[in-house]
Amino acid sequence: MKALTWLATLWLGLASSALAIDTEVAFDDPVLNERYRSLIREIRCPKCLNESIAESNAPVATDLRREVRRLIGEGASDDEVKTFLSSRYGEFVLYRPRVSQTTLALWAAPFVFLLIGGFVFWRILAVRQNQPMDEDFPP
Amino acid sequence: MWRYVVPLAIFLVIGVFFYRGLSLNPNYVPSPLVGKPTPVFSLPSLTDPEAVVSSETLRGQVALVNVWGTWCVECRHEHGFLVELARAGMPIYGLNVKDDRAAAIEWLARLGNPYVSSGFDPEGRAAVDWGVTGAPETFLIGSGTILHKHISPLTPQVWRRDFLPLLREHCGSTDCPFLAAVGGP
Repeated sequence: MKALTWLATLWLGLASSALAIDTEVAFDDPVLNERYRSLIREIRCPKCLNESIAESNAPVATDLRREVRRLIGEGASDDEVKTFLSSRYGEFVLYRPRVSQTTLALWAAPFVFLLIGGFVFWRILAVRQNQPMDEDFPP
Repeated sequence: MWRYVVPLAIFLVIGVFFYRGLSLNPNYVPSPLVGKPTPVFSLPSLTDPEAVVSSETLRGQVALVNVWGTWCVECRHEHGFLVELARAGMPIYGLNVKDDRAAAIEWLARLGNPYVSSGFDPEGRAAVDWGVTGAPETFLIGSGTILHKHISPLTPQVWRRDFLPLLREHCGSTDCPFLAAVGGP
């Protein structure tokens, strides 16, 4: 029981520290605020391993959140914000990188694997079809 | 036959990727700014708030742009080498980020000032335009272009390995009078 209480405290502590990052309301306009929230979840912090700038409290993440707020405030579109950041920090910061020569393999890979999987599946089916079925049961 | 060859082939391909991954640095993020024009910026000078350090200051120069701050432990490590380079004649410009002006001036007074001048960027705005992720970072610029970016302290080894070849390649004999002095033995 004691251990359980301990775990619960620990969990709560961790949860609240994760929530503590950038909870202030960035914009009065709920639409802008929602755009801001979803954008910073899609921008990867360039200094941290696999954290979005919404989750990270690295100084550079703070800076990038400020830049995103500024750009949205200036009326930039989501795409313009992403272009601004990726031109400075590279395609790396976009969790959904745009299709380009360097990211083509990344985008095509799932479909290639799907094709390979489909081919294997089809082969197995084709082989099975030629085998007699229900050998155990007499007709 | 295929039953053995295919899994083996898959294993080998995955193995090659994983083996390669062992020696890659996951923190290495190549900067898209290398090869691009130096970012446009304008900052007050650290030591003289009236003066300005800007892209105009750097125009046409072969120089280093070093990102530093007194809060940055690794900057302390590379500082001695920067002073050495500056003494040899290498123009170095500072980008002082997220720092306290008084503390930064005191640091330069105590450890020596390798910078021709330092831009004072307490909020890290110009730093974002330079694609800076932290400190220390050092850029080599020439002909209005970023030639190289180095993250982590600048050491003599890094200087010889990464910076000197680029510097030699970029410098005509007249461009960089300091080349021989910073070239080491």
